[in-house]
Amino acid sequence: MEGEGAATERQRRATASQVDQWAVQDHVFKIYGAFASIPRSAQSVILELQRDKHVEYLTRGLQQLGPSFVVLDANRPWLCYWILHSIALLGESVDDELEDNAIDFLSRCQDPNGGYGGGPGQMPHLATTYAAVNSLVTLGGNKALSSINRWMHDAGEIDVRACYTAISVASILNILDDELAKGVGNYILSCQTYEGGIAGEPGSEAHGGYTFCGLAAMILINQANRLDLASLIDWVAFRQGVECGFQGRTNKLVDGCYSFWQGGVFALLQRLPAFGGEGFGTSDVEVEWVSDSTSEGDDEDRDSSDDNEALHPEQDQEGHQSSSHSPESSTAVHIQHSRHNQLEPLFHTMALQQYIVLCSQEQEGGFRDKPGKARDYYHTCYCLSGLSVCQYSRSKNENSPPLPTSVLGPYSNLLEPIHPLYNVVSRQYHDAQDFFSKY
Amino acid sequence: MNWEEDEEKLLPSQRPEWSDVSPLPQDDGPNPVVPIAYKPEFAETMDYFRAVYRADERSPRALQLTHQAILLNPGNYTVWHFRRLILETLSKDLQQELDYVSKIAEKNSKNYQIWHHRRWLAEKLGPDAAGRELKFTEKILSGDAKNYHAWSHRQWVLQSLGGWDDELEYCHQLLEEDIFNNSAWNQRYFIITKSPLLGGLQAMRESEVKYTVAAILANPENESPWRYLRGLYKDDPKSWIHDPQVSTLCLKVLTSSGTNHVFALSTVLDLLSHGLQPSRELREAVDTLNPASSRLDSQENSSSTKDSLGNTICSVLEHADAMRVNYWRWRKSQLIV
Repeated sequence: MEGEGAATERQRRATASQVDQWAVQDHVFKIYGAFASIPRSAQSVILELQRDKHVEYLTRGLQQLGPSFVVLDANRPWLCYWILHSIALLGESVDDELEDNAIDFLSRCQDPNGGYGGGPGQMPHLATTYAAVNSLVTLGGNKALSSINRWMHDAGEIDVRACYTAISVASILNILDDELAKGVGNYILSCQTYEGGIAGEPGSEAHGGYTFCGLAAMILINQANRLDLASLIDWVAFRQGVECGFQGRTNKLVDGCYSFWQGGVFALLQRLPAFGGEGFGTSDVEVEWVSDSTSEGDDEDRDSSDDNEALHPEQDQEGHQSSSHSPESSTAVHIQHSRHNQLEPLFHTMALQQYIVLCSQEQEGGFRDKPGKARDYYHTCYCLSGLSVCQYSRSKNENSPPLPTSVLGPYSNLLEPIHPLYNVVSRQYHDAQDFFSKY
Repeated sequence: MNWEEDEEKLLPSQRPEWSDVSPLPQDDGPNPVVPIAYKPEFAETMDYFRAVYRADERSPRALQLTHQAILLNPGNYTVWHFRRLILETLSKDLQQELDYVSKIAEKNSKNYQIWHHRRWLAEKLGPDAAGRELKFTEKILSGDAKNYHAWSHRQWVLQSLGGWDDELEYCHQLLEEDIFNNSAWNQRYFIITKSPLLGGLQAMRESEVKYTVAAILANPENESPWRYLRGLYKDDPKSWIHDPQVSTLCLKVLTSSGTNHVFALSTVLDLLSHGLQPSRELREAVDTLNPASSRLDSQENSSSTKDSLGNTICSVLEHADAMRVNYWRWRKSQLIV
């Protein structure tokens, strides 16, 4: 137990966490500040999703990768998934030749006994299997889907991510059964920490990636209500910081990829019956999103000046003054005062979009972790996935498009909706469901 | 011993001892997607690896080849797997292998395969390996105090091989260096609940609460100790709402000016939902923070239920913690009327 002297001494001396955090905050607030100071017309341009550039960056990656990618030589199905899913989110598709090449390549990654490895000739692995299957589902069509050799696999309790990848694949291929689910529920339960989030292994720290995997897996095996959901929601709600994006763990730095891992958790929660959702249904039931305020209500609110509340970065009580304001433009950030509070998404969707578009998006194509970091396909995939989650967070159902007020920037920024359990585009998921239900 | 010197410069095709082996090229097909522009040395090394892997040749030269492949791409789990098979077949000295892995880990501390390999080795070596593994993770953590793999490995070592003696002190040191290190707080919780040398959560609770309260008062904006405090009462909400230290702490923070009140308010809200009977001081402290013009007058105060206090707290938080406005509105809607 420390005395008061030691405590005050420590207060004066900033810790590594604080130093790192303030550096990122400064950078991010400079971006928001600069945005706020430029004319409306310029703001509209910056808020645009650079679709063409993104597709160009993504397609190029599918066609060739430089020598530095050798570190991902055992992860090539992941590269396929990150790229193909991103392209699909943007509402585009790859040309027939590339599609055929992708299907052919992935089949060469397949192990004769089932599962996919990180490359041709490599051992099958749960994670790469997940990536390969999701890639093929994203491509869609008979050729892609029939190329998958469905097999039974022992999940094992390696870690929470392994549980998720195994169950997700089994589910999407329609081979999920009790045998696979047995024991997994208890294991994931033991991975929920005192903080409320879920860890990779029992005892480890609550982490965004594992929280998504754990919750999704539990939902897939119908055991989500065994988790302490109140505690989980509280933890994940607090992962959205002043920078507007999400952090992966308490007191760590914001990162664009958590837009999906953490944002996706909310998308999952919203659908649970416990939160007024319609559940996840089966393939023959139209899955409905939780509906919120009527469009009439939204219009009213939008005209009210109270709603154009810009997001103000908090002032740290150490007196550390972060750069001033964030965008005041109504095309940028504003908080929707919905009539039906309990059906609103539980995180700040417009703020997250602000982070993704202004801080993670690279004008030359691709997305990154945070300002100052380089773009990559992983972040491109999960920033876009997170963006989609935000845009559809208030949608009545998959068939009715989101209101313009749900989309930051021009309405043309609208992406395709995803199925949050698998993170593949909804339409492709349903097509695959139909295909595999015949077995 | 300097492996990364002349030894590695020679590729298999340049060595006589490999002349009997036909390298096996990767079956990428004629038009692969996501093709990586391999450097010639990488392609050749992997071609020879594929050959011995396919042949399941578990020889010293194959072992050396896996080393070269690992240097080129430490993320190839197939190579690591095969290396383990060779180590077993040749009954290699696993302590030496630990030396080897330690060197590779220096530049690859976030590589899952390396940590997995370490765990496999340590498991085989048994409790004697505990000290070394704790030292190793300590070294990694000294450069990256929140390395997820390092912490997981450390926890596994403690549970499987032992070595708990100095762990709480180690945790305390890390918190002294950085009270915001959530990984260290998480480790502390792990120790308190799992260490066979301590009495368990309930026995440790009182001293831990004191420790945590001090940490909170030093930095009330630090989320870690607030969650830790809550965690100390996991599965025992009655003790939590009845511990005077908790409500006293909240009151103290709420009545300090220029202080972040969010976590204190959130904690009181949670306490209320578990049955806390709030004191008058607590109500007043919350009311003082309420910017709304409609403050409860004293008449209403005395008859107001804990739920209107909960309501007030949510209202305050909707403004004080604007990022979570929707969350606080939802919490408000969840209050039992």
